[in-house]
Amino acid sequence: MELDSVMLSRMLTTMTLMFHIIFATIGVGVPIMIAIAEFIGIKKNDPYYLLLARRWARGYTITVAVGVVTGTAIGLQLSLLWPSFMEVAGQVIALPLFMETFAFFFEAIFLGIYLYTWDRFKGKWTHWLLTIPVMIGSSASALFITTVNAFMNTPQGFDMKNGEMINIDPIAAMFNPATPSKVLHVVMTSYMTSAAILAAIAAFAILKGRKGTYERKALRLTVTCTLIFSIIVSVTGDISAKFLAEVQPEKLAAAEWHFETEKEADLIFFGTLNENGEIENEIRIPKFLSFLAGNSFDTVVVGLEEFPEDERPPLWIHYMFDIMVTIGMFVMAVAALFVIMRRVKKWNELNKPLLWAIVASGPLSMVAIEAGWILAEVGRQPWILRGYMKVAEAATRSDDVGITFVMFALLYLILGIMAVFVLIKMFKNSPAEVELEQRFPTQK
Amino acid sequence: MNLELLGITVLWTFLYGYLIVASIDFGAGFFAYYARLKKKDHIINDLISRYLSPVWEVTNVFFVFFFVGIVGFFPATAYYYGTALLLPGSVAIILIAIRGSFYAFNNYGSRDSIFYLFLYGATGLLIPASLSTALTISEGGFLAVTDDKVTFLAKELFTSPYSWSVVFLSIVSVLFISATFLTYYADRADDRQARRTLRQFALFWSMPTIVASLLVFMGLQMHNPRHYNQAVTEYWWMFGLSLLCFGVASWFIYVGRRYGTAFIMVMLQFFFAFFGYGASHLPYILYPYITLHESVTNETMATALVIVFILGILLLIPSLVLLMKLFLFDADYVKGKKK
Repeated sequence: MELDSVMLSRMLTTMTLMFHIIFATIGVGVPIMIAIAEFIGIKKNDPYYLLLARRWARGYTITVAVGVVTGTAIGLQLSLLWPSFMEVAGQVIALPLFMETFAFFFEAIFLGIYLYTWDRFKGKWTHWLLTIPVMIGSSASALFITTVNAFMNTPQGFDMKNGEMINIDPIAAMFNPATPSKVLHVVMTSYMTSAAILAAIAAFAILKGRKGTYERKALRLTVTCTLIFSIIVSVTGDISAKFLAEVQPEKLAAAEWHFETEKEADLIFFGTLNENGEIENEIRIPKFLSFLAGNSFDTVVVGLEEFPEDERPPLWIHYMFDIMVTIGMFVMAVAALFVIMRRVKKWNELNKPLLWAIVASGPLSMVAIEAGWILAEVGRQPWILRGYMKVAEAATRSDDVGITFVMFALLYLILGIMAVFVLIKMFKNSPAEVELEQRFPTQK
Repeated sequence: MNLELLGITVLWTFLYGYLIVASIDFGAGFFAYYARLKKKDHIINDLISRYLSPVWEVTNVFFVFFFVGIVGFFPATAYYYGTALLLPGSVAIILIAIRGSFYAFNNYGSRDSIFYLFLYGATGLLIPASLSTALTISEGGFLAVTDDKVTFLAKELFTSPYSWSVVFLSIVSVLFISATFLTYYADRADDRQARRTLRQFALFWSMPTIVASLLVFMGLQMHNPRHYNQAVTEYWWMFGLSLLCFGVASWFIYVGRRYGTAFIMVMLQFFFAFFGYGASHLPYILYPYITLHESVTNETMATALVIVFILGILLLIPSLVLLMKLFLFDADYVKGKKK
């Protein structure tokens, strides 16, 4: 591996995105959870849920701040590291990038209002109404940005003639074939991961001995949401796989180690490749890849052999796919188990192993998000604009990418440590019971 | 008005918006730190935090809006500036990142950390200085362009008197704009002590902004005579109006009346100067490589961007008005009686 400006640009972009996506995911998902908690709190006149919404919102300010600044970083880095890509692709796909800033603008305004007006309005519902523009803004941001990513996978909305783009149609570019499946999956996994992380926090508090009504209500709400969202995610994941099989088969083939075009294709789970490129040590589910690709064991799944060697994504993305799917199923199973155990009177859903599994679900969900994005991005290689422009042609030729990489690595390290430190301190200094007593003294 | 002129006007207006709201924010950080050093923080820092807390993210979006917009409307800027500005641009991003996140850490996390406050104050001056270099570079002479590469001539930039005059202007403007706004805010809050301190800041920084502006003119005359000539022959009246507004604003602050009008005059002062500068800069976006007409994106995209912009504005203006009503024009909130 040579550390030229292309490689370094890829590394820097990878680092920025991997760091940003943590905060972006929380940024899209947590407003939904806050809105749900405040809604229940007002509806049932239950101070516990109102306090939940307040405390989540307070923690959210920290993650949002890091999300905003790293989002600004990736926005500028697109032009700084991939100037040729932006110059060419910008002709067709600048529209959703522009729209994203509006969506974010909208969200930022109402988030600012929401955070500072808890006791400002007479009607109880007025403050809750503010969550609606926040939810719309954050989810719309995800939508617009994801259309750009979808465009990189399945570009359309222009014709290429003598190296120039003509007949440009920005709407067609936005609503390219990859958009629906990608947007659904990105938004829903954000909801799921955010619910899982909040559940992990509640479960951890209970394990540490804080077994009050507040923590138990928090756990019940968050795990139930995790279950609902993870079921939806399994559907959107399935839609994504079927989309890939049809439109971007090389990505699916590389992710599944599916080399020869055939029907009744087996699904390979984990495993290794020997020096002859044969699969070993795998878990093989007969004919299931065909089923995944087209709901029937007879579906023909295109293999990697049909693509020229220099246009095949690297095969290690197989593991990213497996990690993503395994975690997704694990989190769904844990959440389902909790919900079932709660329904059955004899069973105690607050047993230690289950609580620890819920604690693990939070960070694991974030790992799944990272794995999913690595799969999506590396699975597009060598293309930056599939079929039109390769990553190597798009990168900057500047000699300063190396030093820039080091500077940003330090920045993210500091921001990451500080964010965790501040969040811990924030909640350690004000335990929930004390705050409940202060804010709702009569109702308790 | 053709599409590219419309596009650049819209973007320039947003950059102007950023100039105002970000200056308030940047300067406030510096004043907060300064007050802390002088042990006067109990006087003004609550006031500053009451204004800044709900709006800091909105400030950031103005900037994002500008650079996403300019790359959208004029894709060639991505190629030239993108390649050339990797290092200085990254430094600016890192400063913005430190500032935004440490503001949140300080405000919601551990209050009263002097280290956070220092970072907040220092970045407030360094960010305008580093961002202003993008405007300096647009005057030409700081890039070496070959067939497949654009190189940034850092040494030329650091030894250019023009470049330093712009940096100087950007810093003093930030402090002046911020001080006049905060004086007005303190006045609305009926906070006499804070008002007195801030009014002194405003008066102190008023003359340097004019001196710095003159230096920039002199620097420009040497560095880019074409731009200078266009500014003084065709757009002299805009700079004249700017000076007039400055005079009115300073007068009101000096006699201690009508701080609101004074701040509006300061906004107009910068409006005329900024648009006078921008108009005389045209047709070049990056002298001499990028012109307005040659670099504009295709017509379909430009039209689509303009339509989205209009729809977006229809959505944003009422939202911004609501934000300002709640935090800027709500007398009880400003006075700190409402949380």
